[in-house]
Order: sequence, then C-alpha cells, then structure tokens
Amino acid sequence: MTATDHPDSVPPAVAAETEAAAPEATPPEADTSGEVLISVADLTKHYGAIRAVDGISFQVRRGDVLGFLGPNGAGKTTAMKMITGFLEPDRGSIEVAGIDVAADRLAVSRRIGYLPEDAPAYGEMTVEAFLRFIAEARELEAADEAIDRVLETAHLRSVRGQTIETLSKGYKRRVGLAQALIHDPDVLILDEPTDGLDPNQKAVVQDLISSLSANRCIVLSTHILDEAERVCNRAVILSEGRILVDSTPEALVARAPGHNAVRFRVTEGDAADVAATLSAADWCAGARVLPGGEVEAEPRDGQNRLNDVLAAVGEHRVADVRVREGRLDELFRDVTRGVAA
Amino acid sequence: MSDLARRFTGMRAVLRREFHGYFASPLGYIFIVIFLIASGYLMVSRDFGRFLELREANLDALFSYLPWIFVVLVPAVAMRLWAEERRSGTVELLLTLPITLEGSYLGKFLAGWAFLAVSVFLTWPAVFQVARLGDPDWGAILASYVATLLAAGVLLAIGLLFSALSKNQVVAFILAVAASVGFLLIGVPQTQEFVGKWFGGYVERVVSSLSLLDHFETLTRGLLQLNSLLFFVLFTVGWLVCGMLVLGQTKTN
Repeated sequence: MTATDHPDSVPPAVAAETEAAAPEATPPEADTSGEVLISVADLTKHYGAIRAVDGISFQVRRGDVLGFLGPNGAGKTTAMKMITGFLEPDRGSIEVAGIDVAADRLAVSRRIGYLPEDAPAYGEMTVEAFLRFIAEARELEAADEAIDRVLETAHLRSVRGQTIETLSKGYKRRVGLAQALIHDPDVLILDEPTDGLDPNQKAVVQDLISSLSANRCIVLSTHILDEAERVCNRAVILSEGRILVDSTPEALVARAPGHNAVRFRVTEGDAADVAATLSAADWCAGARVLPGGEVEAEPRDGQNRLNDVLAAVGEHRVADVRVREGRLDELFRDVTRGVAA
Repeated sequence: MSDLARRFTGMRAVLRREFHGYFASPLGYIFIVIFLIASGYLMVSRDFGRFLELREANLDALFSYLPWIFVVLVPAVAMRLWAEERRSGTVELLLTLPITLEGSYLGKFLAGWAFLAVSVFLTWPAVFQVARLGDPDWGAILASYVATLLAAGVLLAIGLLFSALSKNQVVAFILAVAASVGFLLIGVPQTQEFVGKWFGGYVERVVSSLSLLDHFETLTRGLLQLNSLLFFVLFTVGWLVCGMLVLGQTKTN
C-alpha cells in the first residue's frame, strides 16, 4: 500500500513517496537514451524574501515534451526565464545543449526558441516584418526560406501582411510560436502557450506543439491539466518553487485519487448495505454512497477491481457499472494544497 | 569575432528595426514637422533669431536655438525606445534573442540619433538661402551641424536613460525634459554668476566647463576644439553606460 492510494492521505507524504518512487514512475516507453538537452541543477531564485524557485533539478532529453504544471506563482515562469538566460539565478547551474547559460548566454540563445508569457511581439509591425527582424537578429542566412517555412508551419500565410496588433489572440500566439521556430531550434521553451485562447484556438496550438515534438525537446508551462495529458510525455508539478512530482501524465493519472474507482447504481437492494460489504473487503480503500444514490468503491492499490466488486455485490442487482479514471486535477489539488498548507 | 563586436551583438538588427519604426508611425513625421516649424520660427522671429533683421550671411540664428528645441523634442524621440519595450513585455523577447543588452541599447541610441540627424538635415533650405544671399563661412556651418548632432546625441542619451527607468512613456518624457533642462541651465550666465558668488571662482570654472551651451557655442563658431568635442563624447558615453546599468536592473521588473 502506498500513501497516494488514499484520497485523504497527507500530501507531504505524497511528495516524499514521489521522490522515492521517481524511477518507477518513468514508464517503459519513455526514451531515456536521447541526448540531454537541458540540464538544471539546484536552481534557486529569490525575489526579495520570496523564494520563487527553490533548488530544483531536472534533465530534459531530445524527444521529451515536458510540462511544467503548477498553480500561479509556483515558479514555472521564473524557472523558464532562467533557462533562457533572461534572469540570472541566485544559485545553481543550467546547461542547454551542453553550454552553460551563465557562461555564454548568446550561444544558448541560438539553440533555444522561446515563447514568453502572453507572446509579446511588436504590434506595429506586420507578421512578415516581425519575422524578418527575428531572422536578422538571429543572423539567419536563408531568411526568406526560414520565414516561408514558419509561416507555413504556424498557418500564418493568410495574415503575413497584417500588423500584429490587429490579429486575434490565437494568431498572435502562433506568431510567437513562429518566431520561436524560425531558426529550427533543438530546444523550445513555451510559457503558457495556450493561456487565454478559446477552445478551438487551443486545439490548433496544441496540435502545432505536438507536431513539433519529434527530434526536439520542448518545455512548456500550463495550468491546464488536460493539455499536459494531450501534448506532454513528462509532467513536473511545481509548487512554491519546488518540484513535487516528476512523472508521466499517464502515471500521474494512475496515481490520482479515485483512479479505477468503480461506480454503479444498486437497482435491487440497499445501497448502504452494498457499500458496507465493499468497505469490509481488504482490497478496498473505502466505499460510500454518493449523493445521487450511486455507490463508489475505491481500490487501495489503484488497480482495476471490477471483478472483485461484482463478486462482492452478490445477490444485489446493479446497473450502470463503470470504472472511473483518475483525474489529474484531483492529484494536483492534493499535492499542491499540501505544500501551501 | 572580437570581444568588442561580441559585446554589441545584434546592434544592427535593432538599429534597423527602430529606425524604420520612426517612419512606420505618424510620430516620426509629426516630430519632423514640429521640429522644422519650431526651428524656422525661432530663426526668423524678431524676438529670437532675427535672421532677416541682422542681414548676416551665417546661420547663428538657426543653430543657437536648436538645443532649446531639443530639450523638448529629443525626449519625445527617446521616450518610446525602452518604456514601450518594457510595458509590452517585448524586452524579454529581445534580450533572449542573440542580442546583448549593450547591443540593443546602442542600436536604439543610434536609431534615434540617425532619425534626429535626418530631421536636422532637413533644415537645408536655410543653408541654401544663406548661400544664395551672401557668402557664408562654410566651415562654421559644417561645424554647427556637427555641434547640433553632438548636442542631440547627448540629450538622446539622457532621454534613453529615463526611458529605461520608467515603463510609462509620459513619465520618462517628463523626467528626461527636466534632466535636459537642468543640464542646459548649468550653462546660462545667471547660473554661473550664482555659483561664482557662492562657491568661488574655482567651482565656477568647473561648472562652466560642464556647460553644454558653452561647448555648443564654441563648436558653432567653427572652432572644433578637442575639449568641447570630448565633452560631448564623454557625456554621451557616460549617460549611455548609466542607462545600460539601469536597464540591467529594470528589465525584469
């Protein structure tokens, strides 16, 4: 039995268990052979008395899409600003593609494509002029080809001559992505790439990010957990500047409270009796009657216990049986609330 | 790449972007029109330049008032350069490109300076008129243009510093005007008399050696004195370096 299996477990225990179990959390399909493109060690940054980032360490390999999850003020943006060299850390080291950021920011900036929060751009410029400026600043030799390529990738052809301030948020975000991609970088750092977009725009940007992930390493921050599940193969939960969980979205879902809980309606017999019977089973972490009359039984080990449930129900007749998936936001709330408290 | 060139990486791209930026919005054209009207008015006005009354084949009537026009107009040219960048967050984009802080700072300065140079050279009809009406001292006119550009440069460096200091363009503008006026007032006779009376002749000489107006006048008379040239160069560089230090602190706020 592990602490995470209980929805009401004390969150610090979750964190402690997480660290101990981190290697297990890496699923077999995760490729650990790729070249390490970002290596962060003991990264720390204070703003006055506030510790924005508190000694975080991690590595990101080629092919990884790492999602930084965490509540606002968790230190996601600060960590990204330090990786790109915009902010200097108080302590710790960052290497991007083997180059120390503190020693040679310029060389690092040539390997990174960066989309800062809210995708800032020069509003008075046209999309094409803006991309030309970025290409010039990056001293690209084949600027025209590069501009054409990113206009295509980010689906911006139709607005290439429009000034950026007249574009919708979704287009603006894609302009930000286009400038981050213009030099075909190994490393992409995207700070809340879909924040503030409508669902359609979100989907477009997420698809775009997914299409970029091959042969690169991408670090993106988000507080939308669905997004992490959709585009990331690794999720890091940050809170108060510390890494609480470093795992895959799938593994996180499996550890979320209520994962594989079985829900059903009792059509003949007393729901409370059924719940009591289930609660007594040693595989069961608890069973209860929900406000709507349904019974929910939660397994201790997070495994699918549908057969055990059906066996325990016995003579009673049940309907609408289904196995619930763990919800990332529940784990997220559990984990992050524990630290905030 | 030499260390010095490396330190100013990205300057060219920033310079080009900013210089074109002046002509991409009405601001640049409005500035030029105001500048030409103001300088033309002060040149021929009976209360100021009295160009027509003096009947002399020189352009003192034009050049001697330009520093006072610059006190207001140069901060207007400078205010946008960093304040807007910081307000909109593009500073983060800019300084995570392969562009150094020094390179972008100097690029913006040179763009503003080039724009001011364009405005100043649009006073050419005055030169044309003087040449038509008499036989001017071409050396003095050339020296006056050099002095005007140097004065514009030092005031632009002041304006740029305040633009790096405040996210608000209006605040940056007002502070820069105040600082520029202060810088110019050091040179007026009343200030120097006052300083001489209270602090003695030595301090007066020091203060008068810091007078932009005195050095400007020396140069416009056609005397390309080394100490006057050095005055402009050193102060411009000094304000630029201060501005870069300020920006290093304020860029992340």
